[in-house]
Amino acid sequence: MSVTGQHSDLAPLVERGRASFAARARWNVLEVAFWLAALATVFLLPSKHLILTEIAILALFALSLDLILGYAGIVSLGHAAFFGFGAYVAGILAKYGIIKEPVLALLASGIAAAGLGFVTSFLVLRGSDLTRLMVTLGVALVLREIANQLEITGGADGLQGVVMEPVLGHFAFDIFGKTAYVYSLIVLFVLFVIARRIVNSPFGLSLRSVRGNSLRASAIGIHVNGRLVAVYTIAAAYAGVAGALLTQATQFASLSVLDFERSADVMLMLIIGGTGYLYGGMIGAVLFKVVQDYLANVTPQYWHFWLGLMLVMMIMFGRVYGAIIAAAIFGICTILKLGFMHSIIFTVALVLVMGIARPHILPITAKITEHANALQRSVRARFARKGE
Amino acid sequence: MLTILFDGIAYGMLLFVVACGLAVTLGLMNFVNLAHGAFAMAGGYITVILVNRLGLPFLASLPLAFVLTAAIGVVLERTLYVHVYARTHLEQVLFTIGLVFMSVAAVDYVMGSQQQFVSIPSYLQGQINLFGIGIGRYRLLIIVICGLLTIALQFSLAKTRFGSRLRAAVDDARVARGLGINVNAVFAVTFAVGSGLAGLGGALGAEIIGLDPNFPLKFMIYFLIVVTVGGTSSITGPFIASLVLGIGDVFGKYYVPQFGAFIIYIIMIVVLIWRPQGLFSRAVAK
Repeated sequence: MSVTGQHSDLAPLVERGRASFAARARWNVLEVAFWLAALATVFLLPSKHLILTEIAILALFALSLDLILGYAGIVSLGHAAFFGFGAYVAGILAKYGIIKEPVLALLASGIAAAGLGFVTSFLVLRGSDLTRLMVTLGVALVLREIANQLEITGGADGLQGVVMEPVLGHFAFDIFGKTAYVYSLIVLFVLFVIARRIVNSPFGLSLRSVRGNSLRASAIGIHVNGRLVAVYTIAAAYAGVAGALLTQATQFASLSVLDFERSADVMLMLIIGGTGYLYGGMIGAVLFKVVQDYLANVTPQYWHFWLGLMLVMMIMFGRVYGAIIAAAIFGICTILKLGFMHSIIFTVALVLVMGIARPHILPITAKITEHANALQRSVRARFARKGE
Repeated sequence: MLTILFDGIAYGMLLFVVACGLAVTLGLMNFVNLAHGAFAMAGGYITVILVNRLGLPFLASLPLAFVLTAAIGVVLERTLYVHVYARTHLEQVLFTIGLVFMSVAAVDYVMGSQQQFVSIPSYLQGQINLFGIGIGRYRLLIIVICGLLTIALQFSLAKTRFGSRLRAAVDDARVARGLGINVNAVFAVTFAVGSGLAGLGGALGAEIIGLDPNFPLKFMIYFLIVVTVGGTSSITGPFIASLVLGIGDVFGKYYVPQFGAFIIYIIMIVVLIWRPQGLFSRAVAK
């Protein structure tokens, strides 16, 4: 670095900085295990490739939201705008034979979504969380209306007749979804590695400082708005690629890619998994999809009820305990074989009781957390001793 | 032309009655309640049950819709919402979206996913001719009811003791508490009235804007727009915003149906860009 030449007293600092970035960039065991497990699903779960593809796509989508919410602190209720835009761009490119090769089309969709993200990023720069919520929501709704009205998008019928060429000219999409899954997984992995580089770079750190305190960040010389525009654009590109992947895998694009529920669901996945460490969105996507798949089998079309319950509980009792409580309520309803009607009554009554009892429940959960932490510490200490 | 204007005014008035509760919770109490539409839906379905199944007269069911929705509101406020007031906006959004999901699924199951209609008594159907303008009787009723409500609201916020307590509690809850104002009770009552008004609006609006289980999601943006565009410093802001939104929406859908839905979103985005800080200056200052 050129800085060291002029100010030699800065050299140790620069060294330390470099070392800290290197430490951040190192892959740990859990990360490697995560990706090996993902790779193993290709061979171990051949019958589940369709849902796995969907999970990989949602994971990418959630990852993209994590970039702006978890790292830059931008609350968005309209992230589906970019997902849907990418989905339609990919569909139109394939349907009208403009770019036939899927990987190139994917790139094109990502770039197109990035363009949209860049343009709309200026709308989210200023104002409070609330203004951002409204503006992002508004942008997504406007896009949905456009897709609904235009001829080229097929309106409410969706974009039909999308036929995909083989990936890279070699790997044709098969009916079992194996190609689609491997393809989606590779895209997810590549984009994850790039995102990992981004968030562990000085740029990523500066984003975190903006999120922590934007006024202070600007005081230490960070160009706050520039950073926000950049990360919003990158996240839009990621979401666009995720949407394009969905179109390519399903050979179809409909208005549902721009639905409000899609924006809400992806935020949910991210919250379930936790923000600000990249894996949260992916873990959340897996959990979300598995739970959704299960619930949709048990109570088709009403599964949002249980999802809502989980959200309410997670906010009231914290992420882990809330999810456990919601699962427990659902479990009781299932074990007692309550019909959905009775389940609603039972759940609503229980939620109200939990609301009243919250001041008494919180100390209990706090105590459990304490014990769990103590246990974790003692286990760690034992391992450390063995290591010596 | 004037008939459309009249329809627009009725629609705007309706929006105002539903959204003014949100204006208080969102604007004054700084709480993002995306579930506000769910209360309007509750009011609508209560009316449907009372009128269509129990055979109550329509006009008698309106106050009941108000009271019952307000009761639901106060129960939820005391048991659930009260834990979320001090949280971040993101958590409030997630919490209330959760409530919306639950209410949508539950209503879908209990009442069915089809659109519901309230049987309006015959003396409220049809049009009357006033100075050569065709005026729907039902819409006239809406305008009268909503107009009276607006005046009552404005009066109670600006002139009564409760109104000044509420304003004090909102400006600085701690100092208000120090002055002996029971802030929690004030918020609870306000929340109840807001929910009740939403319920009444939902009941009145079932005929005009439709009622189905997706109501809270479909109209969430409308209510938010009223509050965002109208600002929160007074009740007149949301009122004017509702009227503009209602008239704009009706005109848009009538004259340029293919762009009808854009207009409101674009108005919203333009206003938000034009005055991004000013609209929520209160929230930011806190």
